Amino acid sequence: MVTHVDGNALAGPLSEIFRADMTLATGECRHCHDTTVLARALVEMDEAGFAVHCCECSHVLFTVIRTPERTWVDLQGIAGLEFPA
Amino acid sequence: MAVISRGFTGRRRDSSPDLPPGQFLTEDFPVLSAGPTPDIDTADWEFSIRTESGQTHTWTWDQLMALPIEDIGTDIHCVTRWSKLGTSWRGVSLDTLFADVDTTDAYVMAHSYGGYTTNLPLEDLLDGKAWIAFEFDGEPLHPEHGGPARLLVPHLYFWKSAKWIHGLVMHSDDDPGFWEQNGYHLYGDPWREQRYW
Amino acid sequence: MTSGWKVGTVVSTRTETPTGRSITIDVPGWPGNIAGQHVDVRLSAPDGYQAVRSYSIASAGDGEWVQLAVDKLPDGEVSPYLVDEVQKGDQLELRGPLGGWFVWRPEIDGVPQAGDVQLIGGGSGIVPLIAMIRSHAASESTAKFRLLYSVRTPEDAFFADELARLEGDGLEITWVYTRQAPEGWPTPAGRVTLDALRSATFPSSGTPAVFVCGPTGFVESVATWLVELGHEPAAVKTERFGGA
Repeated sequence: MVTHVDGNALAGPLSEIFRADMTLATGECRHCHDTTVLARALVEMDEAGFAVHCCECSHVLFTVIRTPERTWVDLQGIAGLEFPA
Repeated sequence: MAVISRGFTGRRRDSSPDLPPGQFLTEDFPVLSAGPTPDIDTADWEFSIRTESGQTHTWTWDQLMALPIEDIGTDIHCVTRWSKLGTSWRGVSLDTLFADVDTTDAYVMAHSYGGYTTNLPLEDLLDGKAWIAFEFDGEPLHPEHGGPARLLVPHLYFWKSAKWIHGLVMHSDDDPGFWEQNGYHLYGDPWREQRYW
Repeated sequence: MTSGWKVGTVVSTRTETPTGRSITIDVPGWPGNIAGQHVDVRLSAPDGYQAVRSYSIASAGDGEWVQLAVDKLPDGEVSPYLVDEVQKGDQLELRGPLGGWFVWRPEIDGVPQAGDVQLIGGGSGIVPLIAMIRSHAASESTAKFRLLYSVRTPEDAFFADELARLEGDGLEITWVYTRQAPEGWPTPAGRVTLDALRSATFPSSGTPAVFVCGPTGFVESVATWLVELGHEPAAVKTERFGGA
């Protein structure tokens, strides 16, 4: 069952992969070039992972897929990520 | 070590038998693009197949439309996890296009308008497994979805169904295309979760 | 290597609504949290099956006690366990505090915050908002707070007594009852509308901080209307709970 939440909800799951609070990172959407904090992105989430969509154009920014063997992170839809110091 | 939660058993959900592992259903058509949407007029459009001998077979839009056209109903599975079941398309089978093509090479590099490439084994394009598709859900294929025509190879992850298809070039080796050079799997079988290297 | 999960012990539970409960957990090593942050709660079954869900924290500040408030979802997997099963003495695994976006601080770099704050909550969406209200009440901040709280009936309000107690100069509350209003209530029951937001919330011209929390559908409608009322989209911070 998929739930629709915002990027805030990623703070926990992404802390397993990245050290910084990713929800405060700003990213540029490769499709529409909108740049905003990931906390504002639209997230489709279920037990196996999530797809993060640009809040302006809905294109996929990145996905995380988790299986018992491995975790895949695909950052294809983000042109750049900037973290506050 | 995790702490057992007294009295918690959880609810097991049966995964849908129609979905490959790690996929979830969507009603929308989210689009993952490597670059801007090319703008191609069907008056200028052409599709070609080039073999190792240098021989090139080319079709204009009108020539493509004169070939036998099939209705295709299929599920599509995107590497970004969404699957769309029961999609409907119209297109020309690659079997029709390869009928007079003489090649001993086993691999194909698909080239798109805009420069995108993806590689596939020839046998994954034949025997009713692939089409040049130009209609989706009863409407001409929208440029954002790869129109005027895209390659449609639904048994593999959808990045193999090259949008804005321009031509196929025969290769003797399974050389990686654009996404495959960027970490995506050379083959891409959703049922074996072949997403990345 | 630490997993980031801490084990806490439930010290008390309190029924808040017919389907909701607040739970106070003692978490040794808890670093304290800013109002608005959340935790991930992990439940483990004896056979190894695990379920993880995010819950906003109702408490804020220092100390090792964390208060959550959970509404039971009809087809939920974790919420029925937290509302019906969990008792004092049980252990829960928590990860957090998490989130730096949907937060309100009473002071930044030693300077008390005075800007207006508009809070809009639906159902259990009040949880991170009450953390902000509590944080505000315990601080030197002179910020003016307004809360619009939408619930089905009066019985479905979380922390109703506490909200009534904290209402005053620094906190104005507008209640919206969507299914059944209290006896003698001047407005008939009905959902939040654009007009209700226009009359009850800080005008966009004052650029208030805005926080909206609740079920996804509620948050999306309210956020759209707030932008129509002139608020900058990025100034309307949202926390969607999922669900309808």
